Amino acid sequence: MTKNLRVKTSKFIDETYKISFKFNRTTYYGYKGDTLASALLANDVHLVGRSFKYHRPRGIMTAGSEEPNAIVQLHNNSARTEPNVRATEIEIYEGLEASSQNCWPSVNFDIGGINNFLSPVLPAGFYYKTFMWPASFWEKYEYFIRKSAGLGKSPTEPDPDIYEHKYIHCDVLVVGAGIAGILAAKTAAKNGFKTLLLDEKSYLGGSTIYQNIENHKINNQISNSWLEKEINEIKKLKNLEIKVRTSVAAFHGYNFLLARENLTDHLPLDQRKNKTRHRLLKIRAKKVIMATGSLERPLIFDNNDRPGILLSSAIEKYANLFGVACGEKGVLFTNNDSGYETAISLFQKGINIEAIIDNRENIDSKLIKEIEKNNIKVFKGYTVVNTSGYKRINNVSIMQLSKDGQKVVGPKLSIACDYLGISGGWTPAVHLFTQSGGKLKFRDEDQVFIPNIYSSDQISIGSCNGDFTLDEILSSIPNKLKEFLDLKKSDYDDLEVQSSFNKSKRNIWLLPSDKVIGKTKPFVDYQNDATAKDIKLALREGFRSIEHVKRYTTTGMGTDQGKLGNMHALGIISETAGSKMGELGTTTFRPPYTPLTFGTIVGRNVGEYFDIFRKTPIHEWHVQNKAEFENVGQWKRAWYYPKNGESMHNAVQRESKAARDSAGILDASTLGKIDIQGTDASEFLNRVYTNAWSKLAIGRCRYGLMLNEDGMVYDDGVTTRLDENHYIMTTTTGGAATVLGKLEDYLQTEWPELDVYLTSVTDHYATISVCGPNSKKIVSQVIPDLDFSDKSFPHMSFKNAKIDKIKCRVMRISFTGEQSYEINVQANYGKSVWEKCMEIGKEFNITPYGTETMHLLRAEKGFIIVGQDTDATMTPIDLQMDWIVSKKKYDFIGKRSLYRSDTIKEDRKQLVGLLTENPDEVLEEGAQIVADIKKSPIEMLGHVTSSYYSPNLKKSIALGVVRGGKNMIGHKLIIPMENKNINVTVADPVFLDKENKRINA
Amino acid sequence: MFVINCPYCGEREQSEFKAGGEAHIIRPKQPTELSDDEWAEYLFMRKNIKGVQFERWNHAHGCRKWFNVVRDTSNDAIKAVYKMGEKPPTY
Ligand SMILES: [Zn+2]
Repeated sequence: MTKNLRVKTSKFIDETYKISFKFNRTTYYGYKGDTLASALLANDVHLVGRSFKYHRPRGIMTAGSEEPNAIVQLHNNSARTEPNVRATEIEIYEGLEASSQNCWPSVNFDIGGINNFLSPVLPAGFYYKTFMWPASFWEKYEYFIRKSAGLGKSPTEPDPDIYEHKYIHCDVLVVGAGIAGILAAKTAAKNGFKTLLLDEKSYLGGSTIYQNIENHKINNQISNSWLEKEINEIKKLKNLEIKVRTSVAAFHGYNFLLARENLTDHLPLDQRKNKTRHRLLKIRAKKVIMATGSLERPLIFDNNDRPGILLSSAIEKYANLFGVACGEKGVLFTNNDSGYETAISLFQKGINIEAIIDNRENIDSKLIKEIEKNNIKVFKGYTVVNTSGYKRINNVSIMQLSKDGQKVVGPKLSIACDYLGISGGWTPAVHLFTQSGGKLKFRDEDQVFIPNIYSSDQISIGSCNGDFTLDEILSSIPNKLKEFLDLKKSDYDDLEVQSSFNKSKRNIWLLPSDKVIGKTKPFVDYQNDATAKDIKLALREGFRSIEHVKRYTTTGMGTDQGKLGNMHALGIISETAGSKMGELGTTTFRPPYTPLTFGTIVGRNVGEYFDIFRKTPIHEWHVQNKAEFENVGQWKRAWYYPKNGESMHNAVQRESKAARDSAGILDASTLGKIDIQGTDASEFLNRVYTNAWSKLAIGRCRYGLMLNEDGMVYDDGVTTRLDENHYIMTTTTGGAATVLGKLEDYLQTEWPELDVYLTSVTDHYATISVCGPNSKKIVSQVIPDLDFSDKSFPHMSFKNAKIDKIKCRVMRISFTGEQSYEINVQANYGKSVWEKCMEIGKEFNITPYGTETMHLLRAEKGFIIVGQDTDATMTPIDLQMDWIVSKKKYDFIGKRSLYRSDTIKEDRKQLVGLLTENPDEVLEEGAQIVADIKKSPIEMLGHVTSSYYSPNLKKSIALGVVRGGKNMIGHKLIIPMENKNINVTVADPVFLDKENKRINA
Repeated sequence: MFVINCPYCGEREQSEFKAGGEAHIIRPKQPTELSDDEWAEYLFMRKNIKGVQFERWNHAHGCRKWFNVVRDTSNDAIKAVYKMGEKPPTY
């Protein structure tokens, strides 16, 4: 049943290397060098999928990365399976398994195909109009759409392959290794530029390398053999690095490009082990030469999407490069000379062509004459009006075009065929150029957009610049390169070029039909099933902007980003709306040019390497003692230490009780530490904190609150005066870097006259905090030489000391409300000092506690956590911390904002304590607080910011912010939850030891 | 991603820097003397120009120095870079 359409050997195909592969569970054979598409075509398989909306049968359309139809699911393996792979790009290998992804249940019987017959009720905007309402139906729609729309399957297991990223810096980057790119790379490399040449295909030379017709000659050699010699030469150049199977995905500003180098996808599965699959290249080039070529345009006529209809250039490539015929009975349909190039190639290979249909009349072209000499019938001034054949084209109907090209006239003729090549001329591949910020201009004579204004040091050469014919390319490139690279001469200054291409084209965006447009299906975007009719409907409904029409009709929104049909969409819009093409602009081409896998994007940053994390010097001890960890910024902090399978709640209750009953120990090394020195250090602190610092005695500590210039609380922490001109500031764990940045900002830009130096020392010290009624007994044994008496070492003071000859700083400061000592020691001694504290503390049941217990203990005491009890809308007054705002100081950061009309309002949200009616009921953090639940809409007064069950008070406690809360002590409020309303009473935020007896005990 | 020529370190990737908003907005010497409107002018009002804009940048992952950049916000072209306190070039 299956035919062999391999026609003649090609040197790009190794016929001694046979490869078996599976497509839709059937086994086929191809050769090394084949793509999945060429191997399928050699087996006469055209039908590869179904269209997105109407589920029409679709076949291979192109031979490159612009393919809209032949999108397959690769690998039958839950970890490696990959959707949206273009059959025209994937090279076959032994064991390849692929299946059509756009059909359900099978490509030959597709339930969604019924949409094709329903199409009068599936117009443009169908999805928006239908699935919008009722909203509750979305879940049902979604199931249907996902299942039948065939978006492919994602893998369900971790990707086992290796990916990596690489930075490349070069003088000249050449994108595209067609004839233009080869010339550019050779010229750059030979003149001393460090050059990188990239091409997405597996071979060099673009389309010239397989074009083997006598009509195109360079220095009297057929163009492909001339180019082959050039390629062999550049491979020897030392300054030139060449990467094939490498597609540029993005072209950003300042010549920064991302490219994906595909290293193993073409190898047999057993040869891929331990090899990097894809490499993401991050390229910074001094100069970029774009030689990305051009894409052939389809032609837009009724039923132009049947399997067996391909771009004319794709048919030529399949014949010349892969030695494959796309069928046995061919018709070519063209509006320019390209169709004849294909015809001549096919004729040379002995592939049948029934007829050529040309939109143009009376063209004087050597190519046409050669075709006619070989008795191939040419219909001049004709157009295809329709095709037939459900899963494969079997017939084309043609009619004569009227003089103005707006109508068809005369009788309808019918030609039987099994493939149809179409050529609507060429579109420069300017996608990357526009991504880089380049501006296009419209060239009226052949209706193309070409590069006009460059945004960086780059040029476009060859057909991506609109120079389509061999003589145009070769006559323009040498001068362009010399100017761009500042050279006196190039190897290509005296090339002799012979080209028979007649440049004329009869451009008709939407070809006329004998039927009214409503009865036709001329597809503009194959992948998204958008027809010319849909575009016209969008215009009738009032859409004018190209971006809106695109979204409404989904034209250009598929994985192919409308590489084929976008120009026609623009053309039809401008014709219908009566505007000029150049004035409409184009839609924006966004990266990536072709889809990238997630693996490529993340590279090695997977699993534990996903993000950087920071460990304290005591981290290993926490791990050994089974701590659960919490991420705070990039830090891993001990969260709690469950004992014998304890729950988090039980562990935290135990730790909290132990800290108040006897002794607790906390690793506080993550707190930010900034060393501040200089003769103006005190003045500097006066300006950045709300309270006064000048009178702080040496050896004393003070809590400070830092505001933003808008008066809102930014950070807090204790700062210690170590010496006359020397302080050490602590910041919150998460705020360390931004606080330092902010301080540097003021110092460098507003107050450069101040003599102050800031140094981050966060990583240099380990900080061990021992708290509880027995803390003094423990630390005085850890540091026996130090006088810990309250008189000599009161709360909020500091002493230098030594532990076994190791220098340390001890601060008596407290975040728990208990008597508490912080030992700061050089980081690498941190773990041994911690262990010493644990050893000595044993008799006092010293209990290590984590961040959760720390949060609970401070909440009992009503201490805020910046970022939890505050957001960027809380002033110190809102926090009921008026005591820390100096009235005497003339200025500090944020002072003026504290009496703006908005910040002095009485009904701002203010920090309060909340006590539940039922003492066992613990509130949810983030829960809303209201006064009246009958009022509609319910007025939201605030929310719960911190909430715990206090084992020391034996009741639930919470902090929250409430509008006007300061004056609501004793008021009853309500926390409405999903299934109940919780009654609470507003209270003072300090729940425990209001008199500070414990701290000073 | 653009490249910034730090006046202290030389050319580095944009990712090493932190943007600091419009340049040459001087903190008032006597904030207490200002009306709410005058203070708000300093605090909130920024030009956000499409075109040539004078900006502050910080080499956050490098020398930590703040400096000024003249950038065309429409195409990210950097016209000039100069140190804090230096006279701004004219554009
Ligand atoms: Zn720097």
